[in-house]
Amino acid sequence: MALHHREAAPVTQVEIDLTINGENHQLVVDTRISLLDLLRERLGLTGAKKGCDHGQCGACTVLLDGRRANACLALAVAHDGSEVTTIEGLATGDQLHPLQEAFIEHDAFQCGYCTPGQICSAAGFIDELDEAVDGPLSDDLIRERMSGNICRCGAYPNIVSAIREVASARSGAAERVGGAA
Amino acid sequence: MTPVSAATIDGLRRIEGRDKVTGAARYAYEQQIEGVATAVAVTSTIAKGRIHGFDAGETLAHPRVLEVLTYENAPRVAEDADSEPELAVLQTSAVAYHGQVVALVIAETLEAAREGARLLAVEYREQTPDVELSDSHPGLYKPDKVNAGFPTDEGTGDPDRALEKADLVVDAVYSTPNDHNQPMEPHATVATWSDDGHLTLYDSTQGAPMAANSVSKILGVDSGRVRIISHHVGGGFGSKGTPRPNVILAALAAQALGRPVKLALTRQQLFTMVGYRTPTIQRVRLGANADGTLTALVHEAFEQSSTIKEFAEQTTTCSRVMYASPNRRTAHRLVRLDVPTPSWKRAPGEAPGMFALESAIDELAVAAGMDPIALRIANEPDVEPETGRRFSSRNLVACLREGARQFGWDERDPTPGVRREGRFLVGSGVAASTYPARRQPSSATARANDDGTYLVRIGAADIGTGARTALTRIAATALDVDPSRVVVEIGDSALPFAMLAGGSMGTASWGSAVVKACRALVEQGGGEVEVDTKEEVAADADLAKHGFGAQFAQVRVDIDSGETRVDRMLGVFAVGKVIEPRLARSQLIGGMVMGLGMALMEEAILDPRTGATVNHDFAGYHVPVNADVTDVEATWIEEEDAELNPMGSKGIGEIGITGAPAAIANAVFHATGRRVRDLPIRLDRLL
Amino acid sequence: MKPFRFERPENAEGAVATLTASGAEHARYLGGGTNLVDLMRLGVETPDLLVDVARLGHDAVRETDGGGLRVGAAVRNSDLARDPLLRTRYPMVSQALLSGASPQLRNLATIGGNLLQRTRCAYFTDTSLDCNKRDPGSGCGALDGEHRNHAILGHSAACIATHPSDLAVALTAVGAEVLVEGAAGERHIPMPGLHRLPGDAPERDTVLDPGDLIVAIQLPPLEAARRSSYRKVRDRASFSFAVVSVAAALQCDEDGTIRDVRIALGGVAHAPWRAERAEEELRGGPATAERFAAAAAAELDQARPLEQNAFKVPLARNLIVTVLADLAGVAA
Repeated sequence: MALHHREAAPVTQVEIDLTINGENHQLVVDTRISLLDLLRERLGLTGAKKGCDHGQCGACTVLLDGRRANACLALAVAHDGSEVTTIEGLATGDQLHPLQEAFIEHDAFQCGYCTPGQICSAAGFIDELDEAVDGPLSDDLIRERMSGNICRCGAYPNIVSAIREVASARSGAAERVGGAA
Repeated sequence: MTPVSAATIDGLRRIEGRDKVTGAARYAYEQQIEGVATAVAVTSTIAKGRIHGFDAGETLAHPRVLEVLTYENAPRVAEDADSEPELAVLQTSAVAYHGQVVALVIAETLEAAREGARLLAVEYREQTPDVELSDSHPGLYKPDKVNAGFPTDEGTGDPDRALEKADLVVDAVYSTPNDHNQPMEPHATVATWSDDGHLTLYDSTQGAPMAANSVSKILGVDSGRVRIISHHVGGGFGSKGTPRPNVILAALAAQALGRPVKLALTRQQLFTMVGYRTPTIQRVRLGANADGTLTALVHEAFEQSSTIKEFAEQTTTCSRVMYASPNRRTAHRLVRLDVPTPSWKRAPGEAPGMFALESAIDELAVAAGMDPIALRIANEPDVEPETGRRFSSRNLVACLREGARQFGWDERDPTPGVRREGRFLVGSGVAASTYPARRQPSSATARANDDGTYLVRIGAADIGTGARTALTRIAATALDVDPSRVVVEIGDSALPFAMLAGGSMGTASWGSAVVKACRALVEQGGGEVEVDTKEEVAADADLAKHGFGAQFAQVRVDIDSGETRVDRMLGVFAVGKVIEPRLARSQLIGGMVMGLGMALMEEAILDPRTGATVNHDFAGYHVPVNADVTDVEATWIEEEDAELNPMGSKGIGEIGITGAPAAIANAVFHATGRRVRDLPIRLDRLL
Repeated sequence: MKPFRFERPENAEGAVATLTASGAEHARYLGGGTNLVDLMRLGVETPDLLVDVARLGHDAVRETDGGGLRVGAAVRNSDLARDPLLRTRYPMVSQALLSGASPQLRNLATIGGNLLQRTRCAYFTDTSLDCNKRDPGSGCGALDGEHRNHAILGHSAACIATHPSDLAVALTAVGAEVLVEGAAGERHIPMPGLHRLPGDAPERDTVLDPGDLIVAIQLPPLEAARRSSYRKVRDRASFSFAVVSVAAALQCDEDGTIRDVRIALGGVAHAPWRAERAEEELRGGPATAERFAAAAAAELDQARPLEQNAFKVPLARNLIVTVLADLAGVAA
């Protein structure tokens, strides 16, 4: 796949295509811009947070082609053609994503700054779950697989109970579907 | 214990919860301001000396860089800004510590600003820095007072003589490291000047009204011309309690450029520019009769501050409150080093002080062959030891007993180092918690709207505490209406002046004003009222007012690696009336989790030669991750205290961290027979 | 971050040609970027050109003749960790991957990039401090500074850094081969052998030449690896670099004699450390805790701990013993 350098623009500006929360964006970007800064600085999508800018806190976690990833270490140019889902794209209209509901119900945040990353990460986690590889769902598994998202307010026990509720409802639903088939 | 889920606890859901889980909540840096330029701070790479010169040629030549501000060209701050040396930024060539701001690069984009900052050449004249605290440092001195205005030294009787005569003596030195707040949202500001000289700042602050006053003084602008807006704050833990260099830097840059400027500090810069908890060296001496009754308590702390500002943490004040002893001495000594300026971190004083005191009490229990709970109960004071004042309420004993019951303490064999589970040694420990319960004057307005709703306005801050929600509850209760009919506006210096979110005084201070306003509104039968609580606070009874608690921890220590993991923590607190149980539990747990971090992993390390903070990021400075926090539960006993404030509440933001490190350290002793007196309890200290 | 050009060639040859022909002073291949972008933001790496090698088609894990595995260099860490063949045949490799970084980083990070990540020594990552690896000749700041988590084996006066990869430790125990496409065509580099000890040239982490591109990792068939594990000791429960780690595989005959044993250590040296002395001591004899202890001691006789990291010697010794004992099913 060749990159289209915009005519007369410096070679460090390139054109990329991204689908963000279902909407296509054709953008000319500085090769240096991270996906996180593209979202926050250019597109006004400030839901994904900058906590460390070095992949050490997880506040910037988004779903990149369906998988959770640190947007701060992803160069936008390297993900030309990708689909990105941010916290702003998780709800369906006014209907919150079950994880968003559960985070509110379980009081799974305090300051809220790590929360979009926690929720996107949890969504990725639930999607990744594979009992053959991970064993059965357990609090220890949730804790380990959510350890890439730091919460300085220390809301971890509530984060775990929120995720447990959604993940077990989902695996329960999957079993029912499996049973019917 | 049955696991508790917040979802099953009655109470309000966080009012801004939906905004936070959808990403709609905009934090300071995220405000969408037309024409905003982006700034990046450049910090010193020496710890002591002077800036000899700048070469900004490459920076200014970099595409889209707009300006470089240094002490040579930055707008001047007010002359009396010297009283706030951390905020008189870009005014001098002197460098007082590694990581001090020396320049600001402003550009059209963040990429350009960052590269401009990298390209800026700064030449220094470097002197050899002194960055190491010791208890024999020749520069140690006695500060006039310590943080929050407490006396530096105090005491009673003759503790030295009492120690000589004591049946049992504990004499131990404890240390706590350079310990950082590190809220998830780095400090950030967006600054805009209007044509008529009004400054609007979107800032991440624990108290917009007080911060606006400080900023106006530093900049020499009428206080009516500075407005700080801070709707959502991504944590602070004390580090956003006062304005930080980012606020002034953004304001100066916006002034110099004549356009809005935004600035977020980097994670690395948070390690030097926004305060931290001083490292401490603490010597504790306890003398006791054979039955465990204290006859002497000596608690001396050695701490550091920077060369430009004195910050003396009140490390030993907890020993003036906790236990009865006829002979007592508490003292603080400070040394000024070429280090960043320390400041408030969650429970300044009590957090490190209670680690030392409550470890020493545990050591005394071992020496006396007594249960550590029984020992604490035996030394329970009738009145506040330092002042002789009556306690407005003190239920430490009830917390210890209730905690013991819930934790299963009575089944515990006190023998250390004997419980083996596979490759682990297992043990449990207990420690007490305490934190003052105070309040400060605040003002508020309340208005009855025609549609039956109410608007309450107060310059409070919600930094994750749940203040917006708790104040809604408080107002609804005072108005005797459903909380859904109350809107509380906070987070703006244009709102009625109020105390900052600090010292665990927020809810007590704001709630007092909100109750007064709402009651006045009811009395008036509608319309709008504005009140302040200066008179009430001035008339507060002169009593000893403190929250108390008991913390229990169960740990496992890997015999091969020395790794310590906390399997279980329980905190039982006596904190007056709990206003919103769901939120209170979360906040207490949060404090305990931060205490777990303090116990096991948190420690910033300065390079001894350069004074650089070598582990200045989240890969090097470890804070607890989800996997570190297995089973942490917080609860409380019912405590009635009518002498505090109209709600009968005590602050809960800080008490959770106090005692937690000692409970864990005491559990590590019980597990291994090894007494670790230096935090954090790293694996190499147990191997 | 310095402005840079970004190129995305069609295949490995094209990538090598793009990089070597670019004339760029500092050109780098970009995999997942989880380390390179981090270092660029710190100013440690300042490339003029990035050549994207994440989409060259090196994204498959396939079985080789004889029962080994060939892993494309651009396979993501998370995908390899979940590969059923890898999990059955080389559990320690999967465990090592899952102990590294965080799930969201593992989703980005590539296998090739993982092996080439740079040390996390703070003196290397902070451009204001002295570091011979980043700035040859500037001195080693860690030597007289903070070095609790630095090397105890194979270090030099020029550099005491450790290699941070967990995967590399497990692959070193397996004896994997790295397939490299270079200016002179393809070649195979065995592990250990990819990573260097620092000597007086710590700026070179590996034996790769400029322009060399890792295209795949080959895991040879190894019966012993079916019974293997990775143990990582760290300063918190997850999402942290190793203080010390051990990858070990053990195969015993029916009479309990050790037929094959593989041991590699992480967090102790500039390269993943294959414990060859310990392996030699153990092969052909019974699998007992006493012999494990003697073998570990023999290996760590070579250790030269620094002022702040002497604890790593007993730590590594304990880990070798306990991991082998677990594999052998005997009490440590």
